[in-house]
Amino acid sequence: MTAVRQFLFRTQGEDRLSAGDIATYLYLLIGTFVMFGPVIWLIFSSFKPESELNRFPPRLLPYTQSTIELPGYDDPLPLWEVTREDGSIDIVAEVARFSVQYQMVDPDNPSMEPETVLLNNLERVEEVRFSLENYAEGVISFNFLRYLWNSIFVTVVATLLTLLVNSMAAFSLSKYKYEGRNVFFLIMISTLMVPLSVILVPAFLVVNSVGWYDSLIGVIVPAIATPTGVFLLRQYMLTIPDELLDAARIDGASEWRIYAQVILPLSAPALAVLTIFSVMWRWNDFLWPLIVLSDSNNYTLQVGLNAFRGEQETQFHLILAMTVLTLLPITLVFAFLQKYITTGIATTGMK
Amino acid sequence: MGSQTLPKSDETPRRTSGAGRTWWESSYYGVIGFIDSGFSRLQKLIGIKGMAYVFVLPNLLIFGIFILLPMLLNFAYAFTGGNRLLLQNRPAVGTQNIEQLFQCEDLLDYTSCREDKFIRAIGNTTWFVTSQVTLMVGVSLITSLLLNRQIAGRAFFRSVFFYPVLLSPIVVALLWSWILRENGIINAWLVGVGLERIPFLTTNFWARTWVVLISVWSQMGFYTLILLAGLQAIPSDLYEAADIDGASNWNKFWSLTLPLLMPTMLVVLVLSLIRAVQVFDIVFAFTDGGPGTATLFIVQYIYDVGFTTSQRLGIAASASLVMASVLIVFTLAQIGLRARSGEL
Repeated sequence: MTAVRQFLFRTQGEDRLSAGDIATYLYLLIGTFVMFGPVIWLIFSSFKPESELNRFPPRLLPYTQSTIELPGYDDPLPLWEVTREDGSIDIVAEVARFSVQYQMVDPDNPSMEPETVLLNNLERVEEVRFSLENYAEGVISFNFLRYLWNSIFVTVVATLLTLLVNSMAAFSLSKYKYEGRNVFFLIMISTLMVPLSVILVPAFLVVNSVGWYDSLIGVIVPAIATPTGVFLLRQYMLTIPDELLDAARIDGASEWRIYAQVILPLSAPALAVLTIFSVMWRWNDFLWPLIVLSDSNNYTLQVGLNAFRGEQETQFHLILAMTVLTLLPITLVFAFLQKYITTGIATTGMK
Repeated sequence: MGSQTLPKSDETPRRTSGAGRTWWESSYYGVIGFIDSGFSRLQKLIGIKGMAYVFVLPNLLIFGIFILLPMLLNFAYAFTGGNRLLLQNRPAVGTQNIEQLFQCEDLLDYTSCREDKFIRAIGNTTWFVTSQVTLMVGVSLITSLLLNRQIAGRAFFRSVFFYPVLLSPIVVALLWSWILRENGIINAWLVGVGLERIPFLTTNFWARTWVVLISVWSQMGFYTLILLAGLQAIPSDLYEAADIDGASNWNKFWSLTLPLLMPTMLVVLVLSLIRAVQVFDIVFAFTDGGPGTATLFIVQYIYDVGFTTSQRLGIAASASLVMASVLIVFTLAQIGLRARSGEL
């Protein structure tokens, strides 16, 4: 108990919480609710059956009607509470229904003749159940594994290529003096702020004429020469002393070896930050893959989810479940790497 | 140039040899060595300076083909008309496209314009950028200031605010349209406290408001982190000195924290400004520009005109040109401001 007290009250070096601290914690707790609440609500909703989703006001937990397996019936039977005329309550199982007339049997005595009960005397027996039915039904038309694979492929290959190509360019721009160097750098930096979305039409035409329409390579390659990456890495490499390179040259290392075995290991922090950015960009990229890809076998998760949303229109129970599937991978990655991701962006993130 | 003695290709430099390498280290050095056998020979031919060009080449090539060339093409398309796809089949029309975009009886009334949707999109985008950036910078600043206090669980809260940044725009849009629908949780709460339900996504005012709110929700964590880093870079002895001078918390904030945080604030301002101008995917999946054209923004206009039914590439390219010039102004402003703050 005292440990908890000490932990909580470890503020401003004083022994009690000041008003400012209380307000801070209040803000942060509300913030936590606002940031996580919607996602948690989505996850709970995704386990609900369709009938429960249309209920208003909605309930937090996924309730479904309880069922019971009885001898002599093939399917599990839904359970109801029936209110008798004398006010007593019995649990009965539904065998069949004709409009508002329900045929019910006593679960303890299933072989008896069914009785007829009117709907307005009935109340569902419900239980909290995290059913995977929405997921099972959703993945029939939402090819999750295929989209996941495409997304992972695009993200990993694009990130590796971005790291390689950008770091080579940054190495050249920071460690050599040659004709045109400043021109190259200026041209790249001047487009730092002009995104692909501005040149959508012609960029698409170029990709199309290279023959990369509807292919993952067409999604990957056009955006790997990121000005941000070159800029970030170049600024970092400028801080590596040139003497190291000279020493390596005296040792007989080629320029390639200097790049691969001296510069790259020393630039690890900047490379890590670029990796985080690149994974975030690529995983969440939407507009460009939407335009380039047309066959649904090539869809990434985001494009696939968007198409699924269009196909299913009002089938919310399926859309919700597939949305949860889509946010699951990045959430898991974040859960394990959040410390590195947040400190990485915070420390070297933006110069 | 090329005067240096180079190692034979099968020789590995001393510093990399030695036992105790993990498998991935050995395979990394294997790949390096393999590429080196080719690159060393190349270096003999073209010299060290030549290698500098070799290193910059892949990036430059991809950049040239997929960014620079499209930019130039975009220029060309902006001045051609017709509905053919290939440039050589399109008649030159001069500045007609750009004139058409701004052809209005009254520029302030978008309904009087020939391309009413374009003017509407510009108006909407201006409104979105102003309100979203203001809110974004404000909320991020407050959050980072609070996270910078000596509080328990700081790392946890930092991650909490960052988490939505990782969610894709489509997920964010679907998530919030689920929460905001007529039978959704927010309306349930409104009914619970005795108010009427609000059709959030089909009323102009609410659709526009929520577009701003969810985009702030999904991105503020990023700017909070950057601002927090800026705050933590302020040396703590400055505050100690201020304490000795008897400065109040309020004084310290206005005359210490805020001025020293200005460079970081500027970065955040410009980054969020540029992202706000480009807003597309969240809105595309959230309201698709609706209701009507209430949340139609400029990138979606370009997408609609260029890629959906009408395929008026000339108009789309001209609109891109207008947008690019705005972004370049922002960029130049940033460079200018940076240079000025560098002088000070």
